Amino acid sequence: MSVSRPFTRRKAGRFWIILACLLCLGGAVGLVLNALSSTIVFFMAPSQIRTHPPAPTQTIRLGGMVVAGSLHTSHTADNTPEARFDVTDGQAAITVQYRGILPDLFREGQSVVALGHYDEHGFTASEVLAKHDETYMPREVADALQKSGKWDPRFGPPPDAASWNSMTAPQPAPQNRPGAAE
Amino acid sequence: MSSSTTALPSGRWTDSPARFLHVTRPIVFPCLFIGLTMLTIGLIWGLYFAPADWQQGETVRIMYLHVPMAWLASADYVLLAFCGLLCMVWRHPLAGIIALETGPLGATAAALCLVTGSLWGKPGWGTWWVWDARLTSMLVLFFLYLGHILTIRAFDDPMRGQRAAALLALAGVIDLPIIKFSVQWWNTLHQPDSITLTGAPAMAMSMFHPLLVCTIGFTLTGLALLLIRTRAALLERRAQSLALREPLP
Repeated sequence: MSVSRPFTRRKAGRFWIILACLLCLGGAVGLVLNALSSTIVFFMAPSQIRTHPPAPTQTIRLGGMVVAGSLHTSHTADNTPEARFDVTDGQAAITVQYRGILPDLFREGQSVVALGHYDEHGFTASEVLAKHDETYMPREVADALQKSGKWDPRFGPPPDAASWNSMTAPQPAPQNRPGAAE
Repeated sequence: MSSSTTALPSGRWTDSPARFLHVTRPIVFPCLFIGLTMLTIGLIWGLYFAPADWQQGETVRIMYLHVPMAWLASADYVLLAFCGLLCMVWRHPLAGIIALETGPLGATAAALCLVTGSLWGKPGWGTWWVWDARLTSMLVLFFLYLGHILTIRAFDDPMRGQRAAALLALAGVIDLPIIKFSVQWWNTLHQPDSITLTGAPAMAMSMFHPLLVCTIGFTLTGLALLLIRTRAALLERRAQSLALREPLP
């Protein structure tokens, strides 16, 4: 019952058995996940789809950034919104056709995931999801970054948060401010 | 106070339920008080005073609940697995009881993490749920908690239940690195971590500070709840054993 002698022979034996079991289990799970990694990925990048084109009947997810200036929206005869835009991973771009309502966060420069199939006409999506990045910032910071010319949201994710202050720092204040004395 | 100190067995404080009860008694109330205070401050700060996100707008405030719940669900599971190890190797008398009381807390945190995440996903991504690696591995953690809750209570002999549940908790520990690194190993719909141990957080400090207060507040409150539950369970056992010792009428 006492913990004062932490490792008697039996306790050490049990400890090593459990550790060995855990390592084996971890190794097995690691190998399985590694073998399945192509199916675990949520989406394929445009360059992957270009180099290994899937069967036209296969439903796949395409993920990447919406190219700035590539978004064209229109309406069909029955007033369904239609959108055409290019998705890129920096190496290749694929044009996506989509009929339906785009999510609120959809914009040029945003990462998106489109579900659909890829054939000679391009990528026809049945569903489009917006994927936001890990950066959170107030509107004032976003506006200041854009005003300073350091970042345009249509061309990709914002700069590193640690650099915001220096990027958006106001112009140096005049030396002799009236009323600045203590 | 004086009556309990006289009956205090010697040894380290973790060695016996009696010492655990004695040592944790002064901790519970301050822990709960500070936790609830920070929680209140953090939530009011986050929900009313912190700025909205430039593109997600007000929905970003779900973060102040979602992130602490994700953290608590993982931290509770680490505790569960540690108790499992103590239970399997050292047959520690306290470990099984702490594991018994941690399970429902962790399951609640995991469930709240999934629910808030889903409520966030609809306005953000445009979907309630997808089977990407992060979301799926978090769901697996929730099921591990459910399995643990059922297993530890499924045996007539509590010790057998505790050992079976300890094995489950130890095996399930593999899910934790999968959750953590899922957003790096595979491409997912869920974004990568904004807060890392090594780098500066990828968010404005005006959002990070309330999030930190919320997280610490939830952690302390969770710890206080765990202590209260464990103490109640120990006192219940003591009351039962005293009742059994009474001579039959």
